[in-house]
Amino acid sequence: MKIIGLIIALTTGGFLVYAAVDFPDWADPQSPASTHVSPHYIEKTMEETSVPNIVTAVLADYRTFDTMFETTVIFSAAVACFFILRTFLREEERRERLYRHVLTGVTVRVKEGGKIPPSDDFERIDDSWIPHDLIIKTICRLLVPFIQIFALYVVAHGHHSPGGGFQGGVIFGASIIVLAMSHDLRTVLQRIGEKVVGVLCAMGVLLYAGTGALCLLLGLNFLDYSALAPVLGVGPVMARSHGILIVEIGVAIAVTTAMVWIYNNVSSRGKYDEGL
Amino acid sequence: MTDFLELVVAKYNYWIYITLMMIGLYAIIAKNNLVKKILGMNIFQTAIILFYVSTGVKEGATIPILEHAHGPAHGAETHAIHAADYMNPLPHVLMLTAIVVGVATLGVALALALRVYRHYNTLEEDEILAQIRKK
Repeated sequence: MKIIGLIIALTTGGFLVYAAVDFPDWADPQSPASTHVSPHYIEKTMEETSVPNIVTAVLADYRTFDTMFETTVIFSAAVACFFILRTFLREEERRERLYRHVLTGVTVRVKEGGKIPPSDDFERIDDSWIPHDLIIKTICRLLVPFIQIFALYVVAHGHHSPGGGFQGGVIFGASIIVLAMSHDLRTVLQRIGEKVVGVLCAMGVLLYAGTGALCLLLGLNFLDYSALAPVLGVGPVMARSHGILIVEIGVAIAVTTAMVWIYNNVSSRGKYDEGL
Repeated sequence: MTDFLELVVAKYNYWIYITLMMIGLYAIIAKNNLVKKILGMNIFQTAIILFYVSTGVKEGATIPILEHAHGPAHGAETHAIHAADYMNPLPHVLMLTAIVVGVATLGVALALALRVYRHYNTLEEDEILAQIRKK
């Protein structure tokens, strides 16, 4: 199998190198990719949408159908992860659990069906628990709010600087995953539960598609944001700019929660009791 | 000789992506472990992303964000927007979404691998095949 794989890879690579001779030269301004539709985007974006960041304008306005269905793909991937992995355990099916008495550091093993008196002195710990490193825990706790503010900045400032819903959403999701890795999965689930994650993920896609449907109801094409002008109280060009912001927020919500949802399912093998 | 050097300078970026892509393809075909196959798939994907982004590069152009778009800065004169001054935004847009979708599909691939591991207790392809044949 290794020899066959090597032969296939080398042959395909040889054909591709041979074909690459006909490709446009490196950094050629006259290449086909840069001469057809892209000059229109670069020269007309400002007067048509009032967004200086051409990438954002093309992403959420000119090619907005593409982006809507990319968001749907991310949502479907998260849902697929959920359906493949999630197993719901009933309370009595749970194996024995470990608790740690916070004040003394004594570990208590609770057998099947056993219960621990409800008090704040005991914290649930993972089977393969090692004491959390104080430095990692503290630094992550300090950093998470700043990462989240930066994520919101990236989403909100996507019109004027590199950024937008996808990037900001991934940064926000990463901040929650950092929390899950430095503390444990239960800490995250207390703050943002499984149902909240699922509903928000669908809400993000719905916000995107709903904006499109609203444009349709207001008499223009699906996702033609200039139809929102009377609702937002601005001109049609500014309405396109604001419409882009609305759908970017939807993308950010969907991406954030999809990342968290996938991480929660994969890291706990669908049981949601113990993370990494 | 000069012709060949010019060819190398003009096309070497494609050769790098083709090398990366073939490393990924080889890993998908020849590796026995499912996680290594998934990693090969990701290397393949990275090669395609790099290829797309490189098609957007223009000589002497800057990033596709318009400068002084909302009126000129203090003292500067208003200038027209020329397509040659800005890189092609289209590949950036396409790859922006492709990267995030790639992460999401990687999650699905890992979830499937986890499910396979739960069922067969191994991620090695030959051992899984042996277990299937035994039944």
